[in-house]
Amino acid sequence: MSDTLAPTNDAARIVLRGRKVVGGCAEGEAIVTRDTISGWGGINERDGTVIERRHELRGQSFKDKVLVFPGAKGSSGWSAYFHMARLNGASPRAMIFNKMTTKVALGAVVTHAPAMTELERDPLQIIETGDWVKVDADNGIVEITKRRR
Amino acid sequence: MKLTDYEQAMYDGVHGRAKARAMDLLVRYGEALSAERLVATNNVAGAFNASTPSVRELVKKGFDAVYSELNLDSKEVVEVPRMAANTCQLITGIDNANWRVQGIPDDLAEQQKRGEEFFGSRGINMFATCTPYQVGNVPVKGEHCAWMESSAVVYCNSVLGARTNTEGKESTGAAALTGRIPYWGYHIAENRRGTHRVEIDIDVDDIMDWGLLGYYLGEIIDDEIPVLTGRYRQPNLIKLKHFGAAAASSGGVEMYHIPDITPEARSIEEAFGGNRVRDTVRYGEAERRAAYDNLNCATDRNVDFVMLGCPHNSIDQVWLIASLLDGRKISANTQLWVHTPRALRDVADRNGYTRMIMDAGGFVMSDTCPAISRHMPKGTRVVATDSAKQAHYLPAITGVSAWFGSVKDCVEAAISGRWEGGLQ
Repeated sequence: MSDTLAPTNDAARIVLRGRKVVGGCAEGEAIVTRDTISGWGGINERDGTVIERRHELRGQSFKDKVLVFPGAKGSSGWSAYFHMARLNGASPRAMIFNKMTTKVALGAVVTHAPAMTELERDPLQIIETGDWVKVDADNGIVEITKRRR
Repeated sequence: MKLTDYEQAMYDGVHGRAKARAMDLLVRYGEALSAERLVATNNVAGAFNASTPSVRELVKKGFDAVYSELNLDSKEVVEVPRMAANTCQLITGIDNANWRVQGIPDDLAEQQKRGEEFFGSRGINMFATCTPYQVGNVPVKGEHCAWMESSAVVYCNSVLGARTNTEGKESTGAAALTGRIPYWGYHIAENRRGTHRVEIDIDVDDIMDWGLLGYYLGEIIDDEIPVLTGRYRQPNLIKLKHFGAAAASSGGVEMYHIPDITPEARSIEEAFGGNRVRDTVRYGEAERRAAYDNLNCATDRNVDFVMLGCPHNSIDQVWLIASLLDGRKISANTQLWVHTPRALRDVADRNGYTRMIMDAGGFVMSDTCPAISRHMPKGTRVVATDSAKQAHYLPAITGVSAWFGSVKDCVEAAISGRWEGGLQ
């Protein structure tokens, strides 16, 4: 689509279906990584910043964003650190991930934010950092509004 | 998720508010996983302590409030009854005897002791170690467990053949009160079979070798199930403790097979159990070098702090360190902390190993480690350790740079204050 022809308010919109992990509906700006995330030893629970040494998102925060990531790795403190991030007001608004594990399931549950997985297409291929993403977990729908680039 | 009559009754509050809140968490968690049901467990290893500054405010409301929020994800504060399952405490943030050496404020140490009294009286065994399997909790093959601590989980599944997923603070809190955990993942036999074949082209023998192999595999294999083949020597508890901890740090390995050694793999065929081999990973000199380079992020050879005992040292490792230090003094510019479970510390005291290490200028610590406590000797910029796990996490958590090497390299660094280690 050519920029000159597109109406200014008609950004590209994509709808994907998936499975609810934690119910609810929330929207926000996406922060996307292809690296799996560690909880304990991987994030700063006070401000939601990724701290792992060789991580793509090192120094960036997921606070109030829609976190799109492959899944969890590392310590069993995963849920406890996302739990504390919530208590500190530093948790993501919603989560979308690919690979189900006990770490990420429990972490999503205690974050109390809508979370989805098993999207019909790989969210890491479709969602880019800065896109606006609505996660309607109750209805199993993710709505992506591409950022104009 | 299907619940039995007894589980439904707990959920409905027939057996008290604490079990009702615990069931609520287990149901939310089980549904997140798409688990069909729960499974009975009588072996829980979790984190119930209250030793971090961030829980100070919560502690003011009492330990029922701490357990309700942090171990049950419950806004409602419930009275914590005795644990329904056999339950132990994993590693904590504070050494109950050496908190001043750690630089922990007295009030936090006091808070942890009061917490231990409370949780202890509910039946939580205060092992206070990341290695419960070294001090009396050794599950048998097939036993359903609910364990936290990634290095203990991978040991439990792979070396012991017991069955656990990597649980968290909230799920172990709920399991301890109900004796239930979602029947999912590694509780199910067909999910325990190998997925990746690892061909080892070089001799893997000492502790450092096993740590490097684990660190390399974790990064490549993530949370799949490697089956080792090729040139490794017979390992022991210490080597597999380091191997698993490393693989669970760079990646999420929760299970592996070593044919003819680990209990669910009498052969390579049995290890895969009919699974298609998804990928084959070669491990040779170049891969070993890559793991080593990734772990060694330090450039300054002046070492401020030497950390030994992650996962917590066995008594044989404490003896080795004591022997290497015997009659020598560590550098005035370097501190040395040796970590071992409290139960083994008692043995080290009786044997005189603690005295040997202290005479050289080091400390023997229990209950904690620097990565968990976020406390190191004041002013530490460069740390040396024999643990791939600690070398992976300490720079991220505390901003120090790290050298990784053999126990001997680390002890020599403590004595000279200089890192002279390297790959042989």
